[in-house]
Amino acid sequence: MGLEFLLGVGVVTALNTVLALLLVLAERFLADYGPCTLALNGEKKITVAGGRDLLATLKDQGVFIPSACGGRGSCGLCKVTVLNGGAPLATELPWLKPDEIARHIRLACQVRVKHDLSLQLPPQWLEIRQYRTTVSSLRDLTHDIKEVRLRLVDPPEIEFKAGQFIQFEVPPYERSDETVYRAYSIASPPSAKNEIELEIRYVPNGICTTYVHRHLRLGDPVTINGPYGDFTLRPGEREIIAIAGGSGMAPLKSILLDMAEKEIARRIRYFFGARALRDLFLLEEMKTLEQRIPGFEFIPALSKPDPMDAWNGETGLVTDVAARYLPDASEAEAYLCGSSFLIQAAIKMLTSKGMPRERIYFDDFG
Amino acid sequence: MIAAFSSWFALFFSAVFTQNILLTNYLGMCPFLGASRELKTSFGLGAAVVLVMTFTTPLNWLLYHSILLPLGLEYLALIAFISLIAAFTQLTELVIMRVSDSLHAALGIFLPLITVNCAILGASLFMVARRYSFLQTTAYGLGGGLGWMLALLAMAGIRQRIAKNRLPRGLEGAGIALIIAGIMAMAFTAFTGMATPA
Ligand SMILES: Cc1cc2nc3c(=O)[nH]c(=O)nc-3n(C[C@H](O)[C@H](O)[C@H](O)COP(=O)(O)OP(=O)(O)OC[C@H]3O[C@@H](n4cnc5c(N)ncnc54)[C@H](O)[C@@H]3O)c2cc1C
Ligand code: FES
Repeated sequence: MGLEFLLGVGVVTALNTVLALLLVLAERFLADYGPCTLALNGEKKITVAGGRDLLATLKDQGVFIPSACGGRGSCGLCKVTVLNGGAPLATELPWLKPDEIARHIRLACQVRVKHDLSLQLPPQWLEIRQYRTTVSSLRDLTHDIKEVRLRLVDPPEIEFKAGQFIQFEVPPYERSDETVYRAYSIASPPSAKNEIELEIRYVPNGICTTYVHRHLRLGDPVTINGPYGDFTLRPGEREIIAIAGGSGMAPLKSILLDMAEKEIARRIRYFFGARALRDLFLLEEMKTLEQRIPGFEFIPALSKPDPMDAWNGETGLVTDVAARYLPDASEAEAYLCGSSFLIQAAIKMLTSKGMPRERIYFDDFG
Repeated sequence: MIAAFSSWFALFFSAVFTQNILLTNYLGMCPFLGASRELKTSFGLGAAVVLVMTFTTPLNWLLYHSILLPLGLEYLALIAFISLIAAFTQLTELVIMRVSDSLHAALGIFLPLITVNCAILGASLFMVARRYSFLQTTAYGLGGGLGWMLALLAMAGIRQRIAKNRLPRGLEGAGIALIIAGIMAMAFTAFTGMATPA
């Protein structure tokens, strides 16, 4: 009996040892891709350990690629030219146009570094950096939107264009066991280089927004990287139609403050959609901006005002309200910001009013 | 020879249809319910199960008949089979990752998931309980995998079709899927008249 028991233990141990050995050997010979050289824009060369995806590999080297999904393959922002990277994967195809595939564009988070790669990225991406900051103020703008101010520590200043966004790094905490990154637009003007302001709307069960709304305290350290994005004011004289909802306020506020500081006077009508009065915010700031920018008009619209709100402003979906104000939009340009739903509806409305598709700029928050 | 082949084929056929491991034994239910919303994902998952079942069932046969049985350690079959399946899926994932990124994206990502798929362990335990020969086991492994994949694809196809239909609240998701699985199981028994395993 005792012998049989020992035999059993011995055989299982031996079997598992052999299997483990096989796996160790496989790791050693199959999973080790050795050092790989990445050539950036034909000049900068960096040597990295192969085996991981390009987005994460580059981030470790201090090269930041735009990403709003943190590498899950669901934002399509991390496009880089990989000259010798092979054909895109099925997971990338929804994000790539035929001409981009022909130009060897890939999603960096889906490319595994297995051999030397020759990459091309916009030179300004090499300027993107990581910043250590601390929380200098927290304020509730509405019941579900928080204003978060971050004072820059190292480096102490950030250069960006009004309308751009940064990535907020969420350390592992009770809701996620890995570091994740989420995109947030900067709401403060570029002139304030040593402190940036974010407006973060709570998403139930969201990893980053729960962290910000429930855990973040004054004085906490926060790491960000950026700036990213091209949702910026295009120069010119055209009339501007802006449509936003919820935290979509953030980039537009930055753009408006920047215009006020630079004394850019253009006709702007800004339609802002909210459900009820309790979802409206920054009304005082918008009034002040109306005085500072000649030609600026802020038009809030409530889709479901509460009977207690005593609201005598516009009601209805913000896109329907904007449609009533705009008999013809063919000469204007538009800036849209908020949920995918809002943006799709606004694009449909504006093109039906004669606005060419290429003059509609937007930031889709998802 | 012909007799051997026909027994081989009958076994293969019954593993795919009449004795479908998913529909008659209800093994491998979690991924069957969890990953049957879309035909495309189902295809990758199904292919991964075919691959793993086809190889691990005969490998486990060898393990059982050349080591466990001679040493009188049949009672360790469960543990030994699980170890071998786990090592096999990990190894296969490393190989696939090495040879092709697109194959890895389509199929390899499912491998860690099916390490714990009970249909795969079930196939190995059944081949012992039913005293299959090595060749029969090979046929059974391949047939069992294909049968599992077939059931998954059929389910995904049906669920895609009914995705927009309105259902009573309590039946949404797993509820209706289980009912469909029951009807499918009944439908599959209709194949019995066509072939019965020797
Ligand atoms: C360019 C860009 C700029 C952005 N700027 C801002 C900003 O200034 N302020 C801001 O609050 N957000 C902004 N976002 C959205 C932000 O990046 C996050 O997606 C959002 O805060 C949710 O993150 P999370 O980690 O809390 O949720 P996750 O853990 O990522 O998601 C949890 C669940 O919520 C769903 N979900 C994700 N995002 C949303 C959403 N926005 N609304 C409803 N459901 C959602 C997911 O599908 C998932 O099921 C921006 C996004 C982009 C792409
Ligand atoms: S980082 Fe979002 S798709 Fe690659």
